[in-house]
Amino acid sequence: MKPETLDSAENLTRRNFYVGAIYAIGALIAAALGMPAVAYLLLPPKAQKADEWIDIGDASRLAPNAPTEMSFRRNRVDGWKVISEKSTAWVVKTSDNRVTAFGPQCTHLGCAYHWDETKDEFVCPCHNSLFALDGSVKAGPAPRPLDRYDLKIAAGRLLIGELRQPGERKS
Amino acid sequence: MRRRWDRLSAWLDNRTGVQTAVRNFLYEDIPASSGWHQVFGSVAIFLFLVQAFTGALLAFNYAPTPGDAYNSLRYILTEITAGRLIRGLHHWGASMMIVVVVLHMVQVFLYGAYKKPREATWMAGVVLLLVTLAYGLTGYLLPWDNRAYWGTVVATQIAAQAPLLGPYLSRLLGGGGAVGVVTFARFYGLHVLLLPPATLLLIAVHVYLVRKHGVAPAPEDELRPAKKFYPQQAFKDAVAIAVAFTILFLMAAAVRVPLEQLADPTDTLYTPRPEWYFLFLFQLLKLFSGPLEVVGSVVLPGLAVLALILVPFVDRTRMVNVTRRFAAAAFVVLAVIGWGGLTAAAVLTTPKEARTETVDYSAPTDWMQLSPQELAGVAYFRTENCIACHVVGEHGTAVGPDLTKTAIHKDAAWMIQHFKRPSLVRPGSSMPPIQLSDSQLNSLAAFLLKLNSKNATALDNAPEFAAEGALVYQANHCGSCHMVNGVGMKVGPPLNGLSKRQTRSWVEDHFADPQRLVPDSVMPKYHFSPKDLNNLTSYLFALPE
Repeated sequence: MKPETLDSAENLTRRNFYVGAIYAIGALIAAALGMPAVAYLLLPPKAQKADEWIDIGDASRLAPNAPTEMSFRRNRVDGWKVISEKSTAWVVKTSDNRVTAFGPQCTHLGCAYHWDETKDEFVCPCHNSLFALDGSVKAGPAPRPLDRYDLKIAAGRLLIGELRQPGERKS
Repeated sequence: MRRRWDRLSAWLDNRTGVQTAVRNFLYEDIPASSGWHQVFGSVAIFLFLVQAFTGALLAFNYAPTPGDAYNSLRYILTEITAGRLIRGLHHWGASMMIVVVVLHMVQVFLYGAYKKPREATWMAGVVLLLVTLAYGLTGYLLPWDNRAYWGTVVATQIAAQAPLLGPYLSRLLGGGGAVGVVTFARFYGLHVLLLPPATLLLIAVHVYLVRKHGVAPAPEDELRPAKKFYPQQAFKDAVAIAVAFTILFLMAAAVRVPLEQLADPTDTLYTPRPEWYFLFLFQLLKLFSGPLEVVGSVVLPGLAVLALILVPFVDRTRMVNVTRRFAAAAFVVLAVIGWGGLTAAAVLTTPKEARTETVDYSAPTDWMQLSPQELAGVAYFRTENCIACHVVGEHGTAVGPDLTKTAIHKDAAWMIQHFKRPSLVRPGSSMPPIQLSDSQLNSLAAFLLKLNSKNATALDNAPEFAAEGALVYQANHCGSCHMVNGVGMKVGPPLNGLSKRQTRSWVEDHFADPQRLVPDSVMPKYHFSPKDLNNLTSYLFALPE
């Protein structure tokens, strides 16, 4: 057996083949593991979301232009669990009898806001975001109007569905 | 560009020394005789990295407490994209790792590479083999299904038998002999917190020792110039890794790893069986009984490990060529025969499971929620081969309409008319009439009304025994007295949860003569064919509680 020397052209080609093959095998294995891993971590789970409407109360009890905080329990799919949790909505009936239900969190950083009757606005205590009766931003750092629940009224009862950001389309 | 790269590289090397270190590592001198027989160590390290990677991914969607563990694993298998693949890689990777580590050991043993001055390298390797087995033992419990639970019950009982140390070991593994939350936490902690760093440390020691003493040369290597590890031997290692990974990936993609039902400590019918690589120990145990049992469970395995560790001190002869190491070869052959014989005996003596039908919980089990009538409809749907012309979920041929959408605008009456004379209800239809009785057509219609695009695949998973069992249930009008999933009458007891109340043999005897077991029962006697009896009982036992 002759000793390996780098100057022989044959040895050099062979060496290049070895190095190329090592890199190719490494790349293939990295791809075969990496692509499923990315799909596993980033693609949403095949959640079987049931469209459900939750009865949160009597629609006739709402006074015009006086937001009411209504609480209810809803089931939420959280990974491998379905959890029943308490949730709230700020429900507003405007003078033209249109009803809207806002999600209870400020759109800035998720603090709970409340209705200030004296000033007729929603006030977030964290960074002083102010929202008008229709959910639009009046002042402060909030980047977008308040989120809204899908809402319908059936037989005088308020039924709410999913919480959506303004402009988000129904699926 | 090239020059800028070189400068960056030189700077990095100057500040960290990383290039020099890698170069020193790769351009290691290895004996001229090195070759394909020395690839197993690299493959083992590669498989360890795959296990660490897939294990971390699994941990991202896994809740390590009993019950939640099972549900979160089901979530990984049924809801997460590539979840089944990742779990498959981890499951089969464990088996493959055992195979490769043992092959590595056999190679070193055959070549006598453990001889002076490499005794410590060998002993670190033996400990690594034990660590690999410890992963298998602790990981076996983590799915928390019946298989995991009962396998671990046996393993912890064996540990408790150890002379002197038994009670302490038992307490260390989670106390009082029972496998529960504490045992689970300890196994999980061992599997993910203690063993991986221990493995890394041992691999570091092992590889350091290999480098310190060099790869073991063959006797004729003294006269030949050494080679470099990179790139020729590295290439051979890479090819071996590629082969191992290809096999692993294909197995993970093609062989479905089952998930049994949630661990049930009250199950009296379950026959626990360990993972295949522990079967020989399991069988060895059976050769000893009474006070000698501890010999098979603890003493012999302990002596075997001790013997393995002491191999380099027992065989202190001079290094000879592998082809002349007859004693070593004979020893390996004997070990293989012994291991193979015990494993084969264990496989052959595994009783045919009392429960002949098992449900695969690693797939959606929505079919369990169907009423017996709807489930019988699944059976007719299959026997009438509706799938030949209709698309349902992921299967079928699109000659006729998609049946997942018919329920929206058709009712049962229309369907039954249509089944009987398709062309009468829908002129021009090329569908042949279905030759079934009215009540059978009712079942088929009930199933089709239940079907939608969301549950199609899940319902398609209904196992054969359940659909057939539902047929028997319907044909014998069991629903006239009993209730299943809220459908039926309340004359007799509801059948959900039957598996928790009665044993299978009780239920089968009860069919034949109810009054013998329940004197004031009004249930008539039923004499089913063995097949019908099996299907019906399996179906009833698979019902959700």
